[in-house]
Amino acid sequence: MTARANILGKLRSSLVGTTPRPDEFDEALVTAPWRYAPEDRIARLRSLMEAVHTEVHQCGSDNWPELVAELLNKRNLTNLLCAPSIEHGRALQAYFEATEQTIELLAYDQPVEAWKEELFWNVDASLTGTLGGIAATGTVVLWPDRHEPRLMSLVPPVHIALLKASEIHDNLYDMMVSQDWAAGLPTNVLLVSGPSKTADIEQVLAYGAHGPRELIVLVLEDL
Amino acid sequence: MSQRIPVTELTPGFRGRAEEALTDGQLRNNFRVAMDSLMTKRANAFPDADEREGLRELGNRLKAGALSRLPDLLEQLEKKLTENGVKVHWAETVEEANELVHGIIEARKGSQVVKGKSMVSEEMEMNDYLAERGIECLESDMGEYIVQLDNEKPSHIIMPAIHKNARQVSKLFHDKLGEPETEDVNQLIQIGRRTLRRKFMDADVGVSGVNFAIAETGTLLLVENEGNGRMSTTAPPVHIAVTGIEKVVPNLRDVVPLVSLLTRSALGQPITTYVNLISGPRKPDELDGPEEVHLVLLDNGRTGAFADAQMRQTLNCIRCGACMNHCPVYTRVGGHTYGEVYPGPIGKIITPHMAGLDKVPDHPSASSLCGACGEVCPVKIPIPELLQRLRQENVKDPEQPQQVKGGGAKYSRTERWIWRGWQMLNTRPALYRSFLWAATRFRALAPKKAGPWTENHSAPVPARRSLHDLAARHLDQNGGRPS
Repeated sequence: MTARANILGKLRSSLVGTTPRPDEFDEALVTAPWRYAPEDRIARLRSLMEAVHTEVHQCGSDNWPELVAELLNKRNLTNLLCAPSIEHGRALQAYFEATEQTIELLAYDQPVEAWKEELFWNVDASLTGTLGGIAATGTVVLWPDRHEPRLMSLVPPVHIALLKASEIHDNLYDMMVSQDWAAGLPTNVLLVSGPSKTADIEQVLAYGAHGPRELIVLVLEDL
Repeated sequence: MSQRIPVTELTPGFRGRAEEALTDGQLRNNFRVAMDSLMTKRANAFPDADEREGLRELGNRLKAGALSRLPDLLEQLEKKLTENGVKVHWAETVEEANELVHGIIEARKGSQVVKGKSMVSEEMEMNDYLAERGIECLESDMGEYIVQLDNEKPSHIIMPAIHKNARQVSKLFHDKLGEPETEDVNQLIQIGRRTLRRKFMDADVGVSGVNFAIAETGTLLLVENEGNGRMSTTAPPVHIAVTGIEKVVPNLRDVVPLVSLLTRSALGQPITTYVNLISGPRKPDELDGPEEVHLVLLDNGRTGAFADAQMRQTLNCIRCGACMNHCPVYTRVGGHTYGEVYPGPIGKIITPHMAGLDKVPDHPSASSLCGACGEVCPVKIPIPELLQRLRQENVKDPEQPQQVKGGGAKYSRTERWIWRGWQMLNTRPALYRSFLWAATRFRALAPKKAGPWTENHSAPVPARRSLHDLAARHLDQNGGRPS
């Protein structure tokens, strides 16, 4: 007998004569307390994210590259990892070229194995899009793909995330259901609610444990 | 001031370690401060009692519902994960699980493993198993890293190094890593970050636990704050997740209330920094992520707990640690006193199924039964009720068939006879009256020692006259009428 057969056999024999309990999910419990007027969603998300050291900026959907350059310059960062093959990456690249920024734009265009050392030690910041945000918990949702791979939002010390104001949902349940996540998830989905942190020593909160030390969310006012 | 009577007969188990812990002022202070803070944080995270209770009820129903069709869900999970490209393995014992993990690492000729936080890997003592086979298995959660560096075990399931303060960590980093001493927590964390970053990059294999496994989509969900879980499951070319068989839930939406209950109960956070949903290895067109993802499903006594409808409720546990944060015993003796992977109230009801009640006979008794653990449990496990049940299992006749592994370890023939005598005395009025007469008249002969009771209390001495006597005299003096 295999371990699988033994385990399933034991479980089944313990359930002989019983009937499975009905599905007792109660949607109202995970949605009703977490509803916000559309104009309050940004404020809610912002206050929660700022409470955990996220820098949140609201900006126009066309002038955000300027803000990105400003934020990087303020920190004296020398390069930024972005995805020049997709819309926001192209917009950023166009702005940086037009304004002759000295910050180097890097692209994640090869398998991680080919440039792991550089990614881990020489990339200052990254910029990714998001699938949307969640007002209830102050969260941005990342849906990594070929253009914006998983490590892009994790390894560089500063992560800038673009969030469209129109894509902020009230709560996780609404977002999952309205976008029908269950029909097909990518290999990795991430809910990110601040920069990396730990309170493992004396419960003193310290940021920048293993992931980004700083998370900057740009809320694009596209409503 | 009365003199405290020392405990004279220490058993090497829980009681002995508890005595030691109770005399360690630093340890008691570290725990007191931490647990007070965690209790406040949890309370603040649930400002609306109705919402909290509704959610706990839902959490309980979801877990109980999942357990009521556990084998079907496990098969569905396996099917979906396999479709997604994840390899699923099954292990009945920790030895089998370790062999599986070792086999996967060996197939890749791996020598360095980074591990995210995983209580199941603690059950397996995976670090030691792999180290004996020449494989370095490094803990990457800051707290776990600190305790590993000091050759210790975690003392809390959420905050493994909670028993240490900054000064102690500073000394440890100085002694083991040659770092300059500092009590600045930020600097200490940055030392950990620098040291571990290189390890994440070089590791051949990343190991993680699983908070919830979703059968509907074939997804492994992990919650964490540090990013070490994401690093361990993304940067190395192989990811091995290890989990108990009870972690499966039917649908993706089920994790919405469960994650909320978990993060709010554990640390008072509305959500953790990262919630990581892993549904497969790197696809051919993707540029990072592990090439292989494996899931090891471990039994290790869980089917035993599952077989008993009452004890099955232990499998509801979502490992938030709230029960230990609120436990007056845990707060005073700390996690190491329990001597097992899972400390605190939940440990007291889980461990007997893994190790056998005979290995941890003191655990069910190390409780004041104040009920706090049951009151805060986000999935409403009736921990005090299960502790009482285990106390009963503990004293069952060992020659009779046992319902819990290792039951009957505290069975005492003398005690059984004493209770029989007590029963006889209290069910025969004439005998009872004679006993009462003798006990009051010959009170000077009462024994000076009464087992564990007199370790910390004076011996009970019968009164000069029984209550019956006094009441009868009172009635006589007042003409048989109450005054």
